[in-house]
Amino acid sequence: MASTDILEKDLHHDDHAPAIEDWSGGNEPFNASYGKLMMWYFLLSDAFTFAGFLIAYGSLRFSMPTWPVPDFVFRTFPFAGETHLPLLFVTVMTFILIVSSVTMVRGVQEGHRGNKGGVVFWMLLTIIGGAAFLGCQAWEWTTLIKGENMSVTRNPFGRHEIAGTYTMDEHGHPYEKGVTPETFKKGEGYLIHAEHDANHEVVADEAGNTKFIQRTYVTETGEKGQLEFGPKQFGALFFFITGFHGFHVFSGVLFLAIIAMNVGSGLYEKRRNHYEMVEKIGLYWHFVDLVWVFVFLVFYLL
Amino acid sequence: MVSYEEGLAVVKRGFWLLGAITIGEVFVALIGNGHIIPGFHLPKYVMYPVMISMSLYKAYWIVYNFMHMAYEVRGLAMSVLLPCLLLVWAVIAFFQEGGSWGARRQQIKDKDEKVVKPISKPTGMIDTKTLEPSQIQ
Repeated sequence: MASTDILEKDLHHDDHAPAIEDWSGGNEPFNASYGKLMMWYFLLSDAFTFAGFLIAYGSLRFSMPTWPVPDFVFRTFPFAGETHLPLLFVTVMTFILIVSSVTMVRGVQEGHRGNKGGVVFWMLLTIIGGAAFLGCQAWEWTTLIKGENMSVTRNPFGRHEIAGTYTMDEHGHPYEKGVTPETFKKGEGYLIHAEHDANHEVVADEAGNTKFIQRTYVTETGEKGQLEFGPKQFGALFFFITGFHGFHVFSGVLFLAIIAMNVGSGLYEKRRNHYEMVEKIGLYWHFVDLVWVFVFLVFYLL
Repeated sequence: MVSYEEGLAVVKRGFWLLGAITIGEVFVALIGNGHIIPGFHLPKYVMYPVMISMSLYKAYWIVYNFMHMAYEVRGLAMSVLLPCLLLVWAVIAFFQEGGSWGARRQQIKDKDEKVVKPISKPTGMIDTKTLEPSQIQ
């Protein structure tokens, strides 16, 4: 009789039937606990949500004849004033998130060793990193919303599609005699500024809408034009995607704080499962860093 | 599972690797867009693949070492990673779609602006009652 043949007794719920034993439960084919496995599948579903956002960004960008220049839009830096430091601030933000991922791994490692104090210490550093990232994002959003008047429905950032010369200065007045008019090159970014009064307050029209200075220019081919607002999808996509990521960071910080307190209180020590909860929140935290890799790529680099 | 000392080494390597790749990506973006050497630009078809590959490598590194996917059972790893292949299809399909929206919008714009030669004489079935006498052949 070949070993692959099924005996009749196996089909009749015999206690010694190997075919039945495989399905009797109690073993872990993935060698991972229920909680950890479900964290992986939650992260997979979250990856699809973020991918949906980023693919929408790509599709809309491809459908537009023009798009803002990232290294022009993201050129501000705290306390740097008008100095242009392209992409530097977001590099700092990325670095903060990488460091917080590193401290998270250290926390998980100390958990495997059963070092309670070490886990709390490294988790606290991770929380500080997450909070610092959120602080940076708050500054970035404030600059874009208050300083540069970007919103989900308005995008004052654009790209020059042809070289030319401005025919009015940045305050919207004709150039005075003797002043060399400003020129611009193809592919350069621009920002349409709001009109400000003598007290540096934004000027609004009768309907309460902010007044913008859409500078006029002459292109190198002699055509007259006026600065136009960029594709407004840019603003909506920016605030929704970085906002959704920021919300993940924010909830991550909350969960980290709760779990760090539980570690400190000795709850996981009693469970004797090598601080698995720390490992699970660690997975989530690395995922937030992972998503940022792609947000950083599509929004700031490409 | 790795030992504690090996784990520490991985953490150290991860920190320098991810930091260096990030700085590398920003450097490519800045030099390619002419911010470092005035007047020097890199074409997009050089910059983009370099930056995308660097980001994908970072993603791989985070998943395999920081998230310990390298130490998980093959079945678990595949059940998480294989569904992500669907995204490759989604990227191709939707970017194609986006490009098509743009092309169609441009086509409509071009057609609207197109100057057409007016037809000199009416042709086809004509209601002679509504025409001027001069228009009737």
